[in-house]
Amino acid sequence: MFFEQLVNGLTLGSTYALIALGYTMVYGIIQLINFAHGEIYMFGAFAGLLLVTVFGLNIFVALIGAMVFCMFLGMLIERIAYRPIRGKSSRLSALISAIGVSIFLSTLMALIRGTNTTRYPEIITIHTYHVGSVDLSSLQITILVVSALLMVGLQLMIQQTRMGKAMRACSQDLEAASLMGINANRVISYTFAIGSALAAAGGVMVGVYYNAVWPYMGMMAGLKAFSAAVLGGIGSIPGAMIGGLTLGVLEILGVAYLSSSYKDAIAFGILILVLILRPQGIMGKKITKKV
Amino acid sequence: MNIMDALISQYIDAYYLHIMVLIGINIILALGLNITTGVTGQLSMGHAGFMSIGAYTAAILSVHLALPFWAVLLCGATAAAGFGFLLGLPTLRLEGDYLAMVTIGFAEIIRVFFLNFEPGGKAVGLSGIPEHTTFSLVWVIAIVVIVLNIKLLNSRIGRSFYAIRENEIAAEAAGINTTRLKVLSFMVGAFLAGLGGGLYAHYMTYIAPQDFGFMKSIEFLNMVVLGGMGSIPGTILGTVVLTLAPEMLRIVAEYRLLFYGALLVILMIFRPNGLLGDVRWYDIKKRWFSKEVKTWES
Repeated sequence: MFFEQLVNGLTLGSTYALIALGYTMVYGIIQLINFAHGEIYMFGAFAGLLLVTVFGLNIFVALIGAMVFCMFLGMLIERIAYRPIRGKSSRLSALISAIGVSIFLSTLMALIRGTNTTRYPEIITIHTYHVGSVDLSSLQITILVVSALLMVGLQLMIQQTRMGKAMRACSQDLEAASLMGINANRVISYTFAIGSALAAAGGVMVGVYYNAVWPYMGMMAGLKAFSAAVLGGIGSIPGAMIGGLTLGVLEILGVAYLSSSYKDAIAFGILILVLILRPQGIMGKKITKKV
Repeated sequence: MNIMDALISQYIDAYYLHIMVLIGINIILALGLNITTGVTGQLSMGHAGFMSIGAYTAAILSVHLALPFWAVLLCGATAAAGFGFLLGLPTLRLEGDYLAMVTIGFAEIIRVFFLNFEPGGKAVGLSGIPEHTTFSLVWVIAIVVIVLNIKLLNSRIGRSFYAIRENEIAAEAAGINTTRLKVLSFMVGAFLAGLGGGLYAHYMTYIAPQDFGFMKSIEFLNMVVLGGMGSIPGTILGTVVLTLAPEMLRIVAEYRLLFYGALLVILMIFRPNGLLGDVRWYDIKKRWFSKEVKTWES
């Protein structure tokens, strides 16, 4: 029972982690809470659905297609709604702009698809494996493996490639990095693209796992993923992974052992407790304020 | 006041009256958030949580105990202020986005609590609240709140609030007790939210947990930021614009929220510091009534 719940929690948590990575990467570079990120995740889920049902593609091809689509969506949003404001005003104005984009996108999808939930078709035949006393479904294993691969890939990209190096430089000091000849605008665009692609992967997998997508699914998922990013220490990439997994596991265990009607309250309650005890998050750097 | 309401309702269309009452209530709420977020700079994204505490406390006291209206309003606002005190405490350790996350989490927990709260009617909501809130009452309270806000922001405490927003360390070095004032700013903001919530409950006569979700908190934040952070005239203007916008956009029917979202982005691109960023009554007064002779060079 406990281990089954643990696996459920890890599966949910890995999707939180994928979304949280986008929040934390964008935040690390331009200190913006990208509130439209949850909607990008929702668009990813719908793009995957479209590719599977209308074009009849294999689910893994559809996953990649959705990721590519959301890459462009993320870059477009950054170009239209954030870049004109950047540098001109406080972070809060950018936040309001992000909220505007979020409202715009969820309404747009509600107009296109209606507000009801749409079911994902049964695309993967699900096997159940018995490992000891634990039941594992092949779907859960697939989700865990795909998330792990994406996270390893991201880590390699950040640590090994030229662009990854540029991103790390920008997150340390955007101004100094651009003085060193790094094209900051391009790096920011790139960050949005990668974050959005990861969110799209999360969206498709959640769609397949829970067998349902709907236009307002982005909001709660976005809030949870943002809290996962904060829990892990915002701006830190391993932090977002750990925060997502922790939040997913604690939420599922809370529902299993405490009460299901308080599901959302449990996640946020834990978050508040952790932040009060450790204000910089699990992996965050402690910043001493100086004059 | 009853006579005034009777007179007003004869001359003004019920629909416009409804919108004006909502504007009045929203002004009270937005001015509360303006103190916490706009003036003191503590980003709070859970204002609807305080509003729901005020609304539910007042409504439950009205429905179950039939207490007089002024008493339930006061109880609701005080209860909200109490929670404002509790939520203000983490600000001693947290700041910026971490604080924002705690306020979001707080509002969500409150919402889930009311979803499971028996005397509040659970998910169905609480109906049959007596309709006590009238146009003139809302606006009398709103004007009192505006005047008190101006007084507060021009007082020693108000100037300390601004100082904390501008530079907390410098404020502390100047002898301002930042801990006490940050908690105080949360309490004042929450008090006004509770007051507005009580008025709202007794105007709509029906409240449900989903009325006070995350988007509601965001609406108030929009009002404060759009108008101009920390500015009372700005907050009032932002509130009027954002309360009217959805009504004006009714002509585009189902595309309403689409335009609303786009409007937020466009306004932020063209007026990044808000419509009236940091315009204060004091500056307006100085500009209009100054005896100083202006020369062209200056």
